[in-house]
Amino acid sequence: MAYFEVNNVFKRFGGVAAVNGLTLHVEQGQIFGLIGPNGSGKTTIFNLINGYFPVDKGAIFFEGKQISGLKTHQISRRGIGRTFQIVKPLKRMTTFENILTSAFLRTATRREAEDLAEETIDFCGLNPHREKLAQALPIASRKRLEIARALATKPKLLLLDETAAGLNPSELEEAVTLIKKVRDSGVTVIIVEHIMKVIMTISDRILAVNMGRAIVEGSPTEVASHPDVISAYLGEDYRAQG
Amino acid sequence: MKKHYGPFILLGVLIAFPLVVSDSYYRHLMILVLMWVAIGSGWNLIAGYTGQVSFGDAAFFGTGAYAAGLLTVKLGVSSWWGLGLGGLMAIAVAFPFGWVCFRLRGAYFALATLALNEVMRHIATIWESLTGGMVGVLITPSFVSKVPYYYIALAIAALSITTIHTVVNSRWGYYFISIREDQDTAESIGINTHYYKMISLCLAAFLTGLAGSLYMNYMGFIDPQVVFSLHDISIMAILVGIVGGVSTVYGPAMGAFIMVAVSEVFRTGGFGLLDSVAKATGQPWIIIVTNYIKEAHVLSFGLLVIIVILFLPNGVVGDWEKLKRSILSRRTIPT
Repeated sequence: MAYFEVNNVFKRFGGVAAVNGLTLHVEQGQIFGLIGPNGSGKTTIFNLINGYFPVDKGAIFFEGKQISGLKTHQISRRGIGRTFQIVKPLKRMTTFENILTSAFLRTATRREAEDLAEETIDFCGLNPHREKLAQALPIASRKRLEIARALATKPKLLLLDETAAGLNPSELEEAVTLIKKVRDSGVTVIIVEHIMKVIMTISDRILAVNMGRAIVEGSPTEVASHPDVISAYLGEDYRAQG
Repeated sequence: MKKHYGPFILLGVLIAFPLVVSDSYYRHLMILVLMWVAIGSGWNLIAGYTGQVSFGDAAFFGTGAYAAGLLTVKLGVSSWWGLGLGGLMAIAVAFPFGWVCFRLRGAYFALATLALNEVMRHIATIWESLTGGMVGVLITPSFVSKVPYYYIALAIAALSITTIHTVVNSRWGYYFISIREDQDTAESIGINTHYYKMISLCLAAFLTGLAGSLYMNYMGFIDPQVVFSLHDISIMAILVGIVGGVSTVYGPAMGAFIMVAVSEVFRTGGFGLLDSVAKATGQPWIIIVTNYIKEAHVLSFGLLVIIVILFLPNGVVGDWEKLKRSILSRRTIPT
């Protein structure tokens, strides 16, 4: 059994089948990319893994144990952290307090929690914004704060939902460096991303999804040149040229 | 440094107060202020810090009051035992309520607390065999002097402030605030939001119930209209919180003082000042205006809240720096 496994999962919203029999396997230490056109079900997959929505059918396993059916906070306790595509900072708390709040999960005392929060702030390069209210941060730092807050819960698996969207080229570089640093620290990463430059350079494996179904899985180059992926993104006309 | 000594100086002043002031009317007002500190602190914890706005604090207040009163009337036990029991009974009401109603978010939870308030009032009215219905509960007060009540009220107020202070600087406090700021985020970083909302509600209910049983002991008489009153208790609790400063440790203390003072000034027509002016001048219109002002004392709450929301949206304590600056700058304006 794989380190992390989504097994034939279904999720419907009324008449829309958002996730339609999806299966994926992630090995420990990988950066696993998830791509697909808008509305293909990527964020829904995260919400299912995270326990925000219950799965209709199928099961999700982490470290050999079933996690589907658990509550969100229990899943977080098992070691799965996530960021939100539309950032959800704790607005009227400072950057430090945001990270401190999540650092309490793995620490016994306030002293230890503060140490872990310090460490995480350093790791994510948020020191200049330490005492600013989260609502006052620019978007790049807010995206970074999402990662920092998730990291302070010491996750073994981190779900990144479009953490590079809305960043300028130099911020993109920094985001990529940070994500690689997270992987190198021993955290397995699943990343949803629209910016091809980012996802192609950092992913070890990529799964392309469309209409809530897996189209193709492989290395970045395999996936990018696959005719089904090209037609999913660009339409049938481009298929012949691929 | 001043910040650290401030509360202790205040506590010293409050301890000395009944020794200096022997007028029982002012002692009475201070007992009410201290009682409101406890209620306001409870409201501040659940609504200010945890973000679960309660419109039904009277449910916990009344439960505390009835617990203390009925203990004496039905079982003949000293109603002082009811202090602890009042707090616990308020938790007994809060627990099942929170268990069910914390599935609701935002305004819907607030509406549920409003319903709880009314349900409790009706139970106290209708269940005559237990509560005596509209007749109310009457007990003989333990002390003639107000001084013992004053110190008990002070102890409860100090307990409330200490509780809030300790809680908000601990893990619980951060969890409460994170639930207020974004419940989904809180869940995603491993916080069992339902559990922590329950803790916050039960703490708040305990403090409010404690204040309720103090009220029973002090006043010696309660009926459902008084202790389960929506506007005299539940709304007043919100006003104390808002005027003093939502999610500040000392906000409810400041709010309690201001609200009790304002309501008394209006109710008594400026502590009888308007009455004597009317008598001295003999002008009939002053007498009429005075009577209107006395009768409209609840209106003063509304005006006060409008002023606070317009000029000090974070309350007197929350906007203390702003308030200080505007007073100081006015003084330095050259004439």
